[in-house]
Amino acid sequence: MNGLIALVPIPTPNMDLGQIAPLEIVFGAALISVLVEAFVRREGRRRVQLVLVFASLIAAVAALVGLAGTRTLTAQASVAVDGPALFMQGTVLLLAIVGALLIAERSIDPAGDAFAPRASALPGGREERELTAAGWSQTEVWPLFLFCVGGMLLFPASNDLLTMFVALEVLSLPLYLLAGLARRRRLLSQEASLKYFLLGAFSSAFFLFGTAMLYGFAGTFSLGGIADALSGNAGDNGLVMLGVALLAVGLLFKVAAVPFHQWTPDVYQGAPTPITAFMATCVKVAAFGALLRVMYVALGGVRWDWQPMLWIIAIITMLVGVIVAIAQTDIKRMLAYSSIAHAGFILLGVIAVSEAGIASTMFYLAAYGFATLGAFAVVSLVRDSSGEATHLSQWAGLGKRSPVVAGIFTLFLLAFAGIPLTSGFTSKFAVFSAAIAGGATPVVIVAVFASVISAFFYARIIVLMFFAEPAEEGPRVVLPSAFTALALAIGVAVTVLLGVLPQPLLNLAQQAGIFLR
Amino acid sequence: MNIGTAVFAQETVLAPANGTFSLIWLLIALPALGAAILLLGGRRTNAWGHLLGVLMPVASFVVAAFLFAAMLGQPAEERGAVQHLYDWQIVGAFKVPFSLQLDQLSMVFVLLITFVGSLIHIYAIGYMAHDPARRKFFGYLNLFVAAMLLLVLADNYLLLYVGWEGVGLASFLLIGWYQYKDSAAVAAKKAFIINRVGDFGLSLAIMFMFAVFGGVTFETVNAGIGSASEGTATWIGLLLLLAACGKSAQFPLQAWLFDAMEGPTPVSALIHAATMVTAGVYLIVRSNAIFDAAPTARLLVLIVGCISLIWGAIIGCAKDDLKKALAGSTMSQIGYMVVAAGLGPVGYVFAIFHLLTHGFFKAGLFLGAGSVMHANNDKINMRHLGALRTVMMITFVTFGICTLAIMGIPPFAGFFSKDDIIKAAFSQSPVAGVVTLIGAGITGFYMTRIFLMTFLGKARWEDDQHPHESPAVMWIPMVVLAIGATIGGVLMWPSHWLETWLEPAVPYQEHAQTLPEWLWIIITVGTALIGILWAVALYRREVPVTPPAGSLLTRAAREELYGNEINETLTMLPGQVLTRSSVFFDNRVVDGFVNGMAAVVWGVSGALRTVQNGFARSYALTMLGGAVLLVALLVLVRL
Amino acid sequence: MNAAIPILTLGGLAAFFALLSIITASIVGPRRYNRAKLDAYECGIEPTPQPIGGGKFPVKYYLTAMLFIVFDIEIVFLYPWAVSFDQLGMFGFIEMVSFIVTLLAVYAYVWRRGGLEWD
Repeated sequence: MNGLIALVPIPTPNMDLGQIAPLEIVFGAALISVLVEAFVRREGRRRVQLVLVFASLIAAVAALVGLAGTRTLTAQASVAVDGPALFMQGTVLLLAIVGALLIAERSIDPAGDAFAPRASALPGGREERELTAAGWSQTEVWPLFLFCVGGMLLFPASNDLLTMFVALEVLSLPLYLLAGLARRRRLLSQEASLKYFLLGAFSSAFFLFGTAMLYGFAGTFSLGGIADALSGNAGDNGLVMLGVALLAVGLLFKVAAVPFHQWTPDVYQGAPTPITAFMATCVKVAAFGALLRVMYVALGGVRWDWQPMLWIIAIITMLVGVIVAIAQTDIKRMLAYSSIAHAGFILLGVIAVSEAGIASTMFYLAAYGFATLGAFAVVSLVRDSSGEATHLSQWAGLGKRSPVVAGIFTLFLLAFAGIPLTSGFTSKFAVFSAAIAGGATPVVIVAVFASVISAFFYARIIVLMFFAEPAEEGPRVVLPSAFTALALAIGVAVTVLLGVLPQPLLNLAQQAGIFLR
Repeated sequence: MNIGTAVFAQETVLAPANGTFSLIWLLIALPALGAAILLLGGRRTNAWGHLLGVLMPVASFVVAAFLFAAMLGQPAEERGAVQHLYDWQIVGAFKVPFSLQLDQLSMVFVLLITFVGSLIHIYAIGYMAHDPARRKFFGYLNLFVAAMLLLVLADNYLLLYVGWEGVGLASFLLIGWYQYKDSAAVAAKKAFIINRVGDFGLSLAIMFMFAVFGGVTFETVNAGIGSASEGTATWIGLLLLLAACGKSAQFPLQAWLFDAMEGPTPVSALIHAATMVTAGVYLIVRSNAIFDAAPTARLLVLIVGCISLIWGAIIGCAKDDLKKALAGSTMSQIGYMVVAAGLGPVGYVFAIFHLLTHGFFKAGLFLGAGSVMHANNDKINMRHLGALRTVMMITFVTFGICTLAIMGIPPFAGFFSKDDIIKAAFSQSPVAGVVTLIGAGITGFYMTRIFLMTFLGKARWEDDQHPHESPAVMWIPMVVLAIGATIGGVLMWPSHWLETWLEPAVPYQEHAQTLPEWLWIIITVGTALIGILWAVALYRREVPVTPPAGSLLTRAAREELYGNEINETLTMLPGQVLTRSSVFFDNRVVDGFVNGMAAVVWGVSGALRTVQNGFARSYALTMLGGAVLLVALLVLVRL
Repeated sequence: MNAAIPILTLGGLAAFFALLSIITASIVGPRRYNRAKLDAYECGIEPTPQPIGGGKFPVKYYLTAMLFIVFDIEIVFLYPWAVSFDQLGMFGFIEMVSFIVTLLAVYAYVWRRGGLEWD
């Protein structure tokens, strides 16, 4: 027994701090942001936080640009710095900047920003009324937001399952909280938060079980190590199949694929709209990044086993998404189901298992992200006296009252529907053709069918906005401050630009190449 | 069916556009600019908006005429030109050149679109004079012209698809113009949805092409089709046919066209008679190489054309609504073109010829109908018209000329074009020949019926009707179109000019003549006369103001031969069942939860806990089920 | 097999003792039941839900418990680090400092926002 405690020198782990600079910047800023909450006086906090958030995100983008072209493993091979990781991180950061613009908005709601003045106050209680009357607003959103972004940066870059799990939790936990912070309809919001938390914990458990199974098989958490073990073994090990399935549950939950999607509409509806926008875009990017990496790097050797599984998941995801979306009467729920359907479309890029699959998935995520942020920004503008007017009947005739806002929303809907010359068409085309090249023609046929159905409910809203008579006492469109206006402008610009001139971004996505092992 | 063997290979590579031909982009840019100014400019442009709206297609027409002259100055095989604008790179391997191609076929369409389009724009100044949103109307019309020109000038299927969707959008916006009317909103939606079914075919066809040929330009596809298997060509052909059926209102996707008459009449004239609905014919003719390689698909084109030809004609006989009767005739006449296109190289040229003459006389008929509506408080039920000859002389004459043209009475344009199709049809397939001939007879019947009920007989006007002739800005276009409908035949007779002109772009093969020319004239004109005389016999007497019960066929024809019901059963029902069941699921499970939530807000605090626990659990159960499913799938694959 | 014998023996002894105590207690112990006696562990919180309105206890309880766990885990990490400080060297020192600084920031936040006050 004594021999075990010999004084062997422990090797210093390889750790190039420069190669994970974006992560360090965001996490560092998150930490400072916590301290700002602790020490800066209430009146000054918002300003300091805003400067901190935008400065750190922009600095992280700059650091990322500086890393362009790097292909290496760092932090004891637990973090991969390669083309796809950098592209995903860049997408997350840019989307987060636009998302932060929406979160920073405070002139839409007459009472202040979109968040409850004190999350712990009883909904509808005396304390809440007093705080609202006093014009309180909280800035704790920002540290949570930054931690979340940090987790999202790590998630698609994790090169072992344990790091990936930690990243998953770091990005999820703040989201659970953020979802419960809505100023209006707080019960619904808290409900969403709790439900997201419960189901998220459930899915994390699946992920962890899957990790354990794969560890049991390969004896390592490292993605490359698992791939080596698979190529060394004929693969007829039940542990692998169980591990793949359980790992997939955890990841498919985050991208909201059917049948792990049921939280989506409830959470999207309940969460404050800027958070919904952030959630619907950045989480998807990060989660698809992780899904791609796990499936391609670690499990590429058993692709013939998991491809049919993802075929079926993609098909039912697209169909359930578009079919149930038709029946929705709430705009946020409709967008939630539409995002489920889009998750199905993006899965086409994953099942292609090719370089084109990676590139098209990444392009789709970027294009979809900006359009979605814009769409939710519009949703936050249409209000009546009790808050956002999300019932579809309230949107009738919006095109007559506010042609510009309705026009912008129409653009985003057209992009979702995949109409040519919008980003949606280019991205759909990219994933479809990648999937066809990958031999998934039947799935693509279903996808085309699904996109035809989806055009129906997008068109229905356009018709409703432009051809229906405005409702009496209908909602009005609030004039936003520069924050939301800027976010909308970016959304519109990117959506049009990626439709007309997709080459630069596509080239970038293609140059990203394949994952590093 | 005997398909010609001597198919002309289309391997001419078009020259890059330079010199005069570098103006091609202007054709589209002018109306697009007009649309942009009118739609974005807002109320500031109200005062002069309609004038700008007219100016743009006219300017476009001038450019087109200029280009046409330049083309005439070139030797026949050097007339086509491709203008490369920029590369639309979709995915690394897949680059779509954003190029415009002006060849003889496109030129014909460009001239038709800009010329008839300009006339209808002018007409609309008068017709829409009292509409407060006239400027926007012209914006939409310009948008349509730009999209339609893009459709016919594209040098690849993907860009064509962009134009295809663009005209669909313009059509949708314009059908729903009178949006305060429920019927108009429903009609717009219906057109949009039925067209999506067709678009589905086109987008699948494009993907198919990309998968098989590695590109979607006409050049690539035409070059590749020779080495592709017949099965591939057939599939692509069938998908293109589906697309054409949607856009050109051919059986079984015709139901939207009748409802589309809810739009303002200039729209019906321009979009739903003269230009957009012929896009399907253009698509088939443009894809002639594919259909030449796929006899089965081409046979189906012929069958669809035959059915639509008769189907539309029968509907045209029973409708009391003037515009809907004309819509039936549109469907029927496009059926003729599709039949001609389905005949292969023997018929392509005649399809285009009939398309041109039809563009003139059908636009003239619709403008006449619009003039009638304008004069009669928007009354369009022919049972309340009659005797308009006395008060609307110009409309009467122009409408009459166009009627003679569509019935195929010499020397009007329709006679030449329809005669050619009937002859070509007989040479290839007796069945198709007989169908086209019967169609000609029915055409004579329903056009006479329309003409008699509207312009002759006794006045069946209601009290508030005070018919009067339309202003000059409206009747001048009608006169121009009537002239076109009169002399349009010169394109083919005596010189066969159109054939020669189109030859480098569209293959042509002469068919064997079985009967002498004079006998053909007697047969075709005789058939039309039978229809005419029959109609005169029926409608010479007094027309009852309330429609009589009618025979089974009449009643069915009034219901558009149940086209709606057919579409609903085939396409909507499965979708509805699926949607309803998901709605049911959603109501019970998802909404149930939301409603429960509302109850909590109203103070039923106990419910919260129950509902919440129950549903979070059921969600988790679904996830568990999903996990089991995934494991099962993986294991199944292993087996 | 040899290695297992001590473990099995230990397990057997433990089981024997547990059974012996329960049986002995039930035989020789006096039976004077009251509410506290019937509780599961005779200490801690009620294991089953309380009726609505009576079963809540302050959220601060959880807060303190969570803070305890966070800082408890910090100690768990500190201990092995301290034991092998020499082998870990400078790198280990920097890592540990950054870990402690992170927790310190959290501690500062909790302290400034009144998380440690139990009023």
